[in-house]
Amino acid sequence: MGDDDPNLKHPSDKQDNSGVSRRDFLKISGISVAVPLVAGPKIVMAAGQEVPVYGPGKVPMEFTINGKLHKVSLEPRVTLLDALRDQFELTGAKRVCDRAECGACTVLMENKPVYACSVLAIEAQHKPITTVESLIQAGKLHPVQQAFIENDASQCGFCTPGFVLACKALLDKHPRPTPEDVRRGLSGNLCRCGTYAGIRQAMAQLSQKGA
Amino acid sequence: MPDYAWPDAEHRTLIGKRITRVDSPVKVSGQAKYTYDVHRPGLLYGKVLRCPHAHAKVVSIDTSAAEKMPGVKAVEIVQKPGANIHWAGDDIVAVAAVDEPTAEDAIRAIRVEYQKLPHLVSDAEPPKGATQEEGPLSMNDIDDMLDNQVPNQQIVSKIQQYGVTEKPNEDKLKAFKSNGANDAVLNALQGATVHPEAGNRPKSNYEKAAAQTVGDPDKAMAEAEVVSEGLYGIPVITHCCLESHGSVSEWTDADHLLTHISTQNVSGIPGQMAEPLQIPASNIRVHQDHIGGGFGSKFSPDRWGIFTAQISKKADGKPVRIMLERDAELEVAGARPSAYARVKVAAKRDGTLVAWQSESWGTGGPGGGGMPPIPYVFSIPNQRKEHTAIRNNIGPARAWRAPNHPQAAVLTICALDDLAAKLNMDPVEFFGKNLDITKPRQDIYREELAIAADLMDWKQKWHPRTQNRSGNITRGVGLSLHTWGGRGHNSDCDLTIQPDGSVDLKLGSQDLGTGTRTCILIVAADTLGLPMDAIHLQIGDTSYPPSGGSGGSTTIGGVSSSTRRAAVDARDALFAKVAPVLGAQPEQLECVNGRVGVKGDSSKSLSWKEACAKLGAMPLTVRGKNPDRTKPPDLTNSGVGGVQMAEVEVDTDTGIVNVKKMVAVQDCGLVVNLKTAESQCYGALIMGISYSLFEEKVMDPTTGRMLNANMQFYRLAGFNDIPELVVHMMTGKGYDERGVIGLGEPPVVSPGAAISNAVANAIGVRVPFLPLTPDRVLAALGQKAGA
Repeated sequence: MGDDDPNLKHPSDKQDNSGVSRRDFLKISGISVAVPLVAGPKIVMAAGQEVPVYGPGKVPMEFTINGKLHKVSLEPRVTLLDALRDQFELTGAKRVCDRAECGACTVLMENKPVYACSVLAIEAQHKPITTVESLIQAGKLHPVQQAFIENDASQCGFCTPGFVLACKALLDKHPRPTPEDVRRGLSGNLCRCGTYAGIRQAMAQLSQKGA
Repeated sequence: MPDYAWPDAEHRTLIGKRITRVDSPVKVSGQAKYTYDVHRPGLLYGKVLRCPHAHAKVVSIDTSAAEKMPGVKAVEIVQKPGANIHWAGDDIVAVAAVDEPTAEDAIRAIRVEYQKLPHLVSDAEPPKGATQEEGPLSMNDIDDMLDNQVPNQQIVSKIQQYGVTEKPNEDKLKAFKSNGANDAVLNALQGATVHPEAGNRPKSNYEKAAAQTVGDPDKAMAEAEVVSEGLYGIPVITHCCLESHGSVSEWTDADHLLTHISTQNVSGIPGQMAEPLQIPASNIRVHQDHIGGGFGSKFSPDRWGIFTAQISKKADGKPVRIMLERDAELEVAGARPSAYARVKVAAKRDGTLVAWQSESWGTGGPGGGGMPPIPYVFSIPNQRKEHTAIRNNIGPARAWRAPNHPQAAVLTICALDDLAAKLNMDPVEFFGKNLDITKPRQDIYREELAIAADLMDWKQKWHPRTQNRSGNITRGVGLSLHTWGGRGHNSDCDLTIQPDGSVDLKLGSQDLGTGTRTCILIVAADTLGLPMDAIHLQIGDTSYPPSGGSGGSTTIGGVSSSTRRAAVDARDALFAKVAPVLGAQPEQLECVNGRVGVKGDSSKSLSWKEACAKLGAMPLTVRGKNPDRTKPPDLTNSGVGGVQMAEVEVDTDTGIVNVKKMVAVQDCGLVVNLKTAESQCYGALIMGISYSLFEEKVMDPTTGRMLNANMQFYRLAGFNDIPELVVHMMTGKGYDERGVIGLGEPPVVSPGAAISNAVANAIGVRVPFLPLTPDRVLAALGQKAGA
């Protein structure tokens, strides 16, 4: 099955376009499946319901990233992070641990920070995705970015984009975070060079301003 | 002779000030491109099949199914059947495919049969009598050293010292050469003394690596008034660079390679790739804009850098990207050697140190490793020390920020702190009293110790070691001292002034996140009297003048010195052209605030642009070098001192250690940029808290594999673990005139010892080994209660 297969049904044609959820998968794996021989998402009966199964070949997908619509065909196993980096050249989100431990791949999905390494691309369709690249507006840096620069909050810089988005999301929710809010809110991101001191200072500055 | 010397304080416009990092905007906006981000047209994705066993022989490899898979463009066997594998995770086969999932599928389709061999992954104290004197080397030993990537220079010195058990024949020499031996090794082998009788010697994992006696330790110990004995240690930890090792390589024609590689050593890479790729080094272009951490682990292209280039060649020269997966990064791409010791140290009743005795051991993986520089900082007059290197199958060691110094600090400063406790002396007084044996830096340490004590509020916080506490939360303070060399490395740069006034500066250096770009621009702009953004700096490419690898805190001294010389020469050449126009002598001119004019006469000056127009039609290019004896003075220097203090809080019910405050007082000669210098110290304190409390490469004795090769169980300090941090840079008289000295390594040396000492002060007993995890703290408390 390839991306030029004309019979491929677009996953977004169905309202629930999240691919195979873990629950669906459990349902499927628990039964003996009679897979109908049709192209496109296979429909299997599981616990009395029809469940679409995408792949293993490429599936056409659509994404809304930084306000723009992107179309691409990907295997269902591709993560949002790899799609961003390898398909759309949005390399601000970094691949570091690749299993939701370090936060270097942080992006905003529906304005909430997520680990892009642990979201399947197929599940991120039509949910607005914000990457670090979009924070510059009309050539002007976001206040979080400006505060990072002033407070020397990056060294090698590999964790920085993830931290910038984690800080933005925290401030969107708590415009004047307490030091405790900051400690808790940023504990999902790791840095190896030890830039936490600069980030802490940047956040203190921003929370005073009520950014 | 032009005046290359660093300007004095009142003539510096940028040097020594607090300057914002120039590459911050691209980093905070995600625009900075790292090797991992390089996306070339037609990019192929590489994956590596790794050996699951810690010690094994490859018996057979079947790649036929992988080669037939659609989308697979090349398969490269890295280690052929017959190869001996010495650590789990070592590379066996690489594939390149049109996308990453396909490459993963191809790896899964390869079948490899191994013959498992016995392994050792422990670095526990060597059993009595197991330690073996080093002896003549067998041909297998040479093979192993080459397999284990022991530096050629080290192999040569071992061959010269111990001889060999047989003379290698021509075929064997050829095999060594193809396995990485250089001519020096081959010559040493041919000229080596042969000891055939040693060929049957059984090989031990435990090798006596050092034995040294200074003065008369037995007499000094016997006569000493106070003796303290203890066990101390620091385990193997990993580098855990956030950007893993790797490269993107492509062949621009049949014999020219372009490689983007994550490296601390841009200029040094072609020379290491030429021989295995059988092309001249000048045919290899290396480019790197940004690097996501190195910490000493990224000086070589590594075997994976070579086979990335080879597999690209097999795939018609198409670009191939191989970046290590996180588990491989932690398993094979960098580890700091461990060090443990039983230490006996003696003093007079007044605290004067008289004798040191240590039996130490540790592992740097298959290569064994050497003895850390103990006793550290303090040259105790009478010493006896022996070190056993454990050769095992945990994977090779690499330089880790301040190689061997954090280990030496823990083994030494913790032992001395225990002695101070036994003497019932305040450590500030005890270490202060012995500073005369730290020469030549005793005055620096004395000054720093006083400042640190003040910033920590040590007098208020220090108490004799807690004996009877009330409640489960107890506090303590501890300190440590450290040193490092940090002389500037060899560095060339080209500075060009164009007739339109634009300025270019090029060198093959790299910015590891230390602020190298910013510091180079500070020096050039300060010297030329221009704003920093008037200078276009380019680094990170082998088409620029060669500049040394960024290791051992050598970069700042190297690049600042060569940049200063180039900028002074360019400025003076410009003065020579402009002086007649201004009716003055060149030596009467100065360039400040973007103008070139006569000193003390503001009526006679030209704007920078007007002045540069006098150059005529051709640009002016000068080469700056470091070192350069023809252009004195020496602008860089070696040898720094630092003092750190830690305050901790320990919960004696749970064993959890919280660092409450850390103070770093640091000297590095003339500070180029105060802001990024302080960031180096903040970062080092945080990295230090991380390795003191959390980090350890945990090996499974049964499977021989690393148990925590991920970032959940290989724990780095997080935001929540960071206490109040105070950094004080020593500047001004006594410091500035020493020249520029490196800063990357020194501040990361002391945290382990300082935090361990603070915990001992808090709970009244030494927790022998880092990291100071709850189980270790509770075990130490239990032993104390039982004693």
